[in-house]
Amino acid sequence: MTDTPLHLRHLLGIQGLTPGEITALLDIADGYVEQNRSLDKRKTLLRGRTVINLFFENSTRTRTSFELAGKRLGADIINMQASSSSVQKGETLIDTAMTLNAMHLDVLVVRHPESGAVKLLSEKVNCAVINGGDGSHEHPTQALLDALTIRRHKGRLSGLTVAICGDVLHSRVARSNIHLLKAMGAQVRVIGPRTLLPAAIEQMGVEVVHDMRRGLAGVDVIMMLRIQNERMRGNFIPSIREYFHFFGLDRDKLALAKPDAVIMHPGPMNRGVEIDSDVADDVERSLIREQVEMGVAVRMACLDVLTRHLPAHDGAAS
Amino acid sequence: MPNRASTGLVAYVNARLLDPARGLDVRGALLTNGETIADLGPTLFQDGVPDGLEVVDCAGLCLAPGLVDMRVQVREPGEEHKETLRSAGEAAVAGGVTSMVCLPNTHPVIDDVATMEFVARRARQIGLAKVYPYAAATKQLAGRELAEMGMLAEAGALAFTDGTRAIGDAQVMRRALSYAATFGLLIVQHPEEPSLVENGMMNEGEFATRLGLAGMPAIAEAILLERDLRLVELTGGRYHAAHVSTAEGIALIRRAKQRGLPVTCDTAPPYFALNEQAIGEYRTFAKLSPPLRGESDRLAVVAGLKDGTIDAIASDHAPQDQDSKRVPFAMAEFGGIGLETLLPVTLDLVHDGSLSLLEALQRLTCAPASILGLPAGRLDIGVSADLVLFDPDRAWTVDAKAMRSKSKNAPFDGRSVRGAVARTVVDGRAVFRA
Repeated sequence: MTDTPLHLRHLLGIQGLTPGEITALLDIADGYVEQNRSLDKRKTLLRGRTVINLFFENSTRTRTSFELAGKRLGADIINMQASSSSVQKGETLIDTAMTLNAMHLDVLVVRHPESGAVKLLSEKVNCAVINGGDGSHEHPTQALLDALTIRRHKGRLSGLTVAICGDVLHSRVARSNIHLLKAMGAQVRVIGPRTLLPAAIEQMGVEVVHDMRRGLAGVDVIMMLRIQNERMRGNFIPSIREYFHFFGLDRDKLALAKPDAVIMHPGPMNRGVEIDSDVADDVERSLIREQVEMGVAVRMACLDVLTRHLPAHDGAAS
Repeated sequence: MPNRASTGLVAYVNARLLDPARGLDVRGALLTNGETIADLGPTLFQDGVPDGLEVVDCAGLCLAPGLVDMRVQVREPGEEHKETLRSAGEAAVAGGVTSMVCLPNTHPVIDDVATMEFVARRARQIGLAKVYPYAAATKQLAGRELAEMGMLAEAGALAFTDGTRAIGDAQVMRRALSYAATFGLLIVQHPEEPSLVENGMMNEGEFATRLGLAGMPAIAEAILLERDLRLVELTGGRYHAAHVSTAEGIALIRRAKQRGLPVTCDTAPPYFALNEQAIGEYRTFAKLSPPLRGESDRLAVVAGLKDGTIDAIASDHAPQDQDSKRVPFAMAEFGGIGLETLLPVTLDLVHDGSLSLLEALQRLTCAPASILGLPAGRLDIGVSADLVLFDPDRAWTVDAKAMRSKSKNAPFDGRSVRGAVARTVVDGRAVFRA
């Protein structure tokens, strides 16, 4: 356990968090895992608090995970799908912020397709903001849930070698994970075709490997990234079959990792594109379902921590 | 089917052995055992050839590695009326070419493993010159979406190119280089900025103006090369510029090489042996892509070959039938056949003192083989016995009608040349005898 005080006003990214803060968040989340597994899942910690899930991009699992996290802590949580809101009618992000301020929220969870949009919103609203994923920039709760999953299996993060495979170029999950894993003392290898790796990625302190077989050698954790179908039609890579042949995780390539290496995927998976069903469903190796469970606990921890600094419950001005 | 029986021990005696890979130029003998070279050197068979060997008396002629022609269009599948793998193979071995590397601009395009394997299998059945495929860099050579380079390379594609089309879109070129670099693969470019040449017929300049033909500016080569070389630097991809033809383009490659970029290039005999004047009065056999240039560009090509900026010489064999060439100049297809004239026209550079014989052969054998990673183009013990025996001085006159290619569009028709192939050997078998 750590005694690092958590004075976070927002959670906009992993970059900038100290190892102590990350550890504290994971420790708190660990506690919520136990609570979620018990019969009595409800707490009243956030009673009277208002949380809005503001999603400018389609999402089922992240939104549901936040919704569940809020409800289990007793908050009033409301989903706003931007596609059905005034944003479609031309409202700017700043206008949205002003509207939300008038509603006196406590926490705003935002997902937005553009990098930096969540930061911009956080500068204009009075409440705490959690980044639920912005463009190709960050997805901090995903990195935290991944870290919690790994830590519970391997007992540590420091000293592990983690391979992040696939479409790193477009991935906010990859960026947040790189920040977190590097901060916690893990080695990170990114693996993918050059067309799907961003420029100067090695400057983020990772090893770059283009041959997946070589890249998986000796790794403790394999994180597969989802590849969007629109990237598969010849622009970034020639075809699904070629991608799977060289960069899809199957039994054959998995054999090159450590014998106890675990497999992770942020979901939703493209079976037969970046990952073979055979390994995705292997209960001995795949932690993909457990990641979803950890997601709820991590988001509870984030809501918990971010509301700690807010003025007292009920009727508190925001 | 070729005769595969006579592949025992064959002694080539009384030869001038030339191995440009190691600068060997010596009188001696060479022994093949089955498909490979078993021994060679000045002292081999000094005391006579043992009984039971087949003896080939080379009569002092040059015995060199068979030529590796890194740019050939075979037209099969799809345009068999212009050329087939068999007719191209016959032209190749008559010209001393034992390995030819074929462009993917067939119908269907070689952009999938099945088509590529069809070509390879057909070529093996014919058994003349060895055929190696390039595969398309982009699907259907359309310059938009990447082809399955990784799988095509695993199936035997030597490198990736859109053939006679330039990859014009900079983003596509960037991704092609970048994706290819993932697997260490080579991209071969036709270096001409397409938008500058799309309606052109011949080199832009006074001569085109007098003929009233739309010009293709020489600068189109430098513009695309400059862009590509910067993309090479950005991506770390390997790059080969095919048939360079301009002074400025060659200067760019020279500088890129000095800076250590992974760049190579080739040219073809028309670009060092002819200039735009060969078009004369609308001679369509001289309508080539890139176009024949002015004299100063031709001299720059010779200089580039001399100083090694230009790594290799390829025939740029592009068969076109009568219907494609016996039409007004503007309507004629681009291209000329070249397999049978590759060696003698290149030897012009030796006869006029521009290159030594070994230098000329190097650009026709081990240099292209090394760019493409082919185990060919050398006289080494244990390698495939792919050989050419030729008389470097024998004079003859190119006669398009006598060419073995199915198409007769020879830009060098009527030219007096020196250098004649006496015998071509592939995998130890004589596949051509004059």
